[in-house]
Amino acid sequence: MASKKAPDRPNVSKEELLKYYRDMLLIRRFEEKAGQLYGMGLIGGFCHLYIGQEAVVVGLEAAAKEGDKRITSYRDHGHMLACGMDAKGVMAELTGRIGGYSKGKGGSMHMFSKERHFYGGHGIVGAQVPLGAGLAFADKYLGNDNVTFAYFGDGAANQGQVYETYNMAELWNLPVVFVIENNQYAMGTSVKRSTKSPSLWERGAAYGIKGEAVDGMDVLAVKAAGEKAVAACRAGDGPYILEMMTYRYRGHSMSDPAKYRTREEVEKMRSEKDAIDHVRDLLVTGGLASDDELKAIDREIKAVVNESAEFAKDSPEPPLDELWTDIYA
Amino acid sequence: MATQVLMPALSPTMEEGTLAKWLVKEGDVVKSGQIIAEIETDKATMEFEAVDEGIVGRLLVAEGAAGVKVNTPIAVLVEAGESADAAPAAVAAAPVAAHAAAAAAVAAAPAAAPAPVAGEGWPHSDLPPGVPTKTMTVREALREAMAEEMRANPAVFLMGEEVGEYQGAYKISQGLLDEFGPKRVVDTPITEHGFAGIAVGASWGGLNPIVEFMTFNFAMQAIDHLINSAAKTLYMSGGQMGSPIVFRGPNGAAARVGAQHSQDYAAWYAAIPGLKVCMPYSAADAKGLLKSAIRDPNPVIFLENEIMYGRSFEVPAEGDFTIPFGKASILRAGTDVTIVSFGIGLTYSLQAADELAKEGISAEVINLRTLRPIDYDTVLASVMKTNRCVTVEEGFPVGSIGNHLAATIMQRAFDHLDAPVVNCTGKDVPMPYAANLEKLALTTTAEVVAAVKSVCYR
Repeated sequence: MASKKAPDRPNVSKEELLKYYRDMLLIRRFEEKAGQLYGMGLIGGFCHLYIGQEAVVVGLEAAAKEGDKRITSYRDHGHMLACGMDAKGVMAELTGRIGGYSKGKGGSMHMFSKERHFYGGHGIVGAQVPLGAGLAFADKYLGNDNVTFAYFGDGAANQGQVYETYNMAELWNLPVVFVIENNQYAMGTSVKRSTKSPSLWERGAAYGIKGEAVDGMDVLAVKAAGEKAVAACRAGDGPYILEMMTYRYRGHSMSDPAKYRTREEVEKMRSEKDAIDHVRDLLVTGGLASDDELKAIDREIKAVVNESAEFAKDSPEPPLDELWTDIYA
Repeated sequence: MATQVLMPALSPTMEEGTLAKWLVKEGDVVKSGQIIAEIETDKATMEFEAVDEGIVGRLLVAEGAAGVKVNTPIAVLVEAGESADAAPAAVAAAPVAAHAAAAAAVAAAPAAAPAPVAGEGWPHSDLPPGVPTKTMTVREALREAMAEEMRANPAVFLMGEEVGEYQGAYKISQGLLDEFGPKRVVDTPITEHGFAGIAVGASWGGLNPIVEFMTFNFAMQAIDHLINSAAKTLYMSGGQMGSPIVFRGPNGAAARVGAQHSQDYAAWYAAIPGLKVCMPYSAADAKGLLKSAIRDPNPVIFLENEIMYGRSFEVPAEGDFTIPFGKASILRAGTDVTIVSFGIGLTYSLQAADELAKEGISAEVINLRTLRPIDYDTVLASVMKTNRCVTVEEGFPVGSIGNHLAATIMQRAFDHLDAPVVNCTGKDVPMPYAANLEKLALTTTAEVVAAVKSVCYR
């Protein structure tokens, strides 16, 4: 970190920076623990880690208010933690236990919290985009000022239903922020290999939708862009597209051998662009927090994550009669 | 030489129409391509062009006349100096003398108009005796169900292609835009995948969408949202988030619209846990089941049939009429064989029962009404009584509803069976266009009669 150039000191309070630091660190440590539990066979199936992309959800949550909704793909653990869902409930869902958000019946890719306005957790690439616009449709119909964040990746950005949704969202001025988390790789296919028009947000122009590209590794830049997008939506001037330029450090899923990129590329991003290091730098070089303060936070987060892992191991599997419940309301 | 102008068929299923307005009068000179009349079909009011040139010698059908059968002579064109009386008296088989302005119009041909079905539905009523009724078409019943539920619940809205300003591709939603406005009757672009997803999202956001698919064939573009998004989310969320939504529209074969527009999806959707699936037969079914569907907290697939839209039945005239899901009705009581069917399949089933009665075979005809849940108890009780069963549906034979019923009956009533269960289904072929082949591809009354005789060893 010492090798990095000291950034300009932004106009942001210590408390705010500490919150971002804490929230991003929680996601990272949680995901590292999830990876560990996967390796131990406690988590099954597909498990997609969010490590590297933490600034996107933490920055956008800072721009949201109570009542706003969010919906995303299968790479959803970070979104859930960022919107205030309990780490224990998320981890226990990963282990398929009754204490999980979906009673163990959804798994890593399919989790929901109506209370926290988190609408999944969707395993079909791109499906969450019209679904998210539908949540915004409902809010507009009901006449409130809520905004929906519909997150999707650079891979989903080539699905037809995204553009069907753009058309209707703009036609009906829906209060939805389309968040493209461009982590450069759709599974193993780089953006360069999947599209001739690498600027994904600009595609919105064809539908009359405003948007911009954002440094998705800078939580302050994400928050600022989020506030702008949310303000437009609340003013009846939605939708809005934010293309978050970000990077995932881990593989697409736990079973990804990552042959499609070099170790050096990943290392370069980690050492030069890491979102958590960035906030840490701001705190330390700005004289806002001491190493000891930050270490205390690290310990606190570690305790939360360990507690979630213990809970996820101890929570029983769902009782067998759960097989037959929740099929019909 | 005098030329007859014939009542045109202006839609694939049109059998008759109303001559809404003449735009010419006797003695007028008519040019080819001139609009001479407005004709109201069961779907829309269409402009009708002259093909031939001439002078209007006589208008044979008065303005406002309803129920004018396709191919009925409606006017006579003559040449200058010629008398209208010189026109041949009967030229019904003459070459078609006029065509519709609409691109989709089908040239009037006798084969395009299936004969009205006698003995179907009413008076085979499954309504409780003594209930005051009114006669209405399936189309009107569907519209009335939606309007009543929209009046009762402001969260109910209708979305789909041409549901608003066009007044519905099949006129199901006619008048709803006027009553409820564009916020609640939402015209969509042609984008099934997208608007189905938006509607499911809206159902999670506190609304009760009714999604009209212009036909269920187009819902193939959207089926991921019907199944992966709507049907599974309650389960995947551990009971937190259901999808109170209705997907409705015509399903199955219409008439002469070919393979991509003629498919019965009943067995597909009935296979999916988390969905409910209705297929109404009568107007009363249509109204009572659709009202129940709109109130249901689960996603409901509501499979209608274009051919049935214009057919009339008795519907309870008063009160809040609903039909519960999972409750079959016995449309006709009998003792010798059980015919189980749903939707348009009951047309053939009831006709067959009438024919069989003449030969001394008493058939009990069961209307399943819903395919998920299925009322097994009513079916099994009947089969245990008659000891014989034939199922009737228009869908493909492999993995059909009939297959499933046969398996269920075998498992739960094997000792009561005097013959194997026979499934009458559509044939295992894509729907052909040619009229004779199309007829062959669908199940028929004759096949049902033959199937019943085979299980009765007659």
